[in-house]
Amino acid sequence: MADAPPSERGPKSVEQAAPVDPAVQRSVLESAVGYVPHNRALGMTFVGQDGGRITVALPYDEKLIGNPVTRVLHGGAITALMDATCGLSVYLKLLEPIPVATLDLRIDYLRPATPDQPVHARAECFKLTRNVAFVRCEAFHPAAESDLVAVANGTFIVSRGRPADAAKPRIK
Amino acid sequence: MTELGDIVRAAKDSGNSALLVQTIPYLNFIGFTLETTHGEMLGKMAYADPLIGNPSIPALHGGTIGALLESTAIFAALLETEALVLPKIVTITIDYLRSGRPVDTYAKASITRQGRRVVNVTAEAWQEDRARPIARANAIFLIEPL
Repeated sequence: MADAPPSERGPKSVEQAAPVDPAVQRSVLESAVGYVPHNRALGMTFVGQDGGRITVALPYDEKLIGNPVTRVLHGGAITALMDATCGLSVYLKLLEPIPVATLDLRIDYLRPATPDQPVHARAECFKLTRNVAFVRCEAFHPAAESDLVAVANGTFIVSRGRPADAAKPRIK
Repeated sequence: MTELGDIVRAAKDSGNSALLVQTIPYLNFIGFTLETTHGEMLGKMAYADPLIGNPSIPALHGGTIGALLESTAIFAALLETEALVLPKIVTITIDYLRSGRPVDTYAKASITRQGRRVVNVTAEAWQEDRARPIARANAIFLIEPL
């Protein structure tokens, strides 16, 4: 899909935006993670952000086990972690509290998560158009970052406000 | 054979997976159960507040919908094939079609293809109206026949 034409309602790029106080930004991102009830239920916490990439931690918890013999985390917990981290990377790019919703998410499970170790997800919104954000994400144990547990690619719809006369579909 | 293996075999022999579901902590965490209605096996995720992703709508967390689809797909891959261990997920692609409202969510999974090692599964999730699915998934699992 082609880029949306530049407009005054279009996204601010990271370069155009005013400098953001890192402490304020950290506080905003911490709050954004904790604002979501399911993130809290999973014990997710904001770890940090660097160059547009955001990292979120999922602590190991017995209640998240998917296989009681191997004690490996269920894929669903990894899915929730990666979905949440991908969504936050879009907020980081937008620099505005615009609602975003997952359109699709593909997760490849490269290896089972190691029991008793936290899983971190690091996501980057590498392309933002007027309507759609494209995100990639990696999940790993902080003790062995390069030995990835899972990778994901997602697309998110960005629900910007529209002028009243643009509410109708533009095609046909 | 492990105790889990016994539970898996009992579930396959009896067609009743309630004990197997209870054995898996994460499924209890998201309120997942299996229901058989009119001979059809459905996954169910009972609504609870901790499943919410967006409190202002409110809407279910995408991860929980993905987990419901994945879990339902796992049981289809386990119970409708010769698999004797819990299938290992290789990849899943989830399309989110509508936001999930704060009510019970159901899912149905179907085997697309079963090979000796690989099972392809599709799954669909809905809430009150099955004709208006909220998400669909394609998943691939590895199964290890004994």
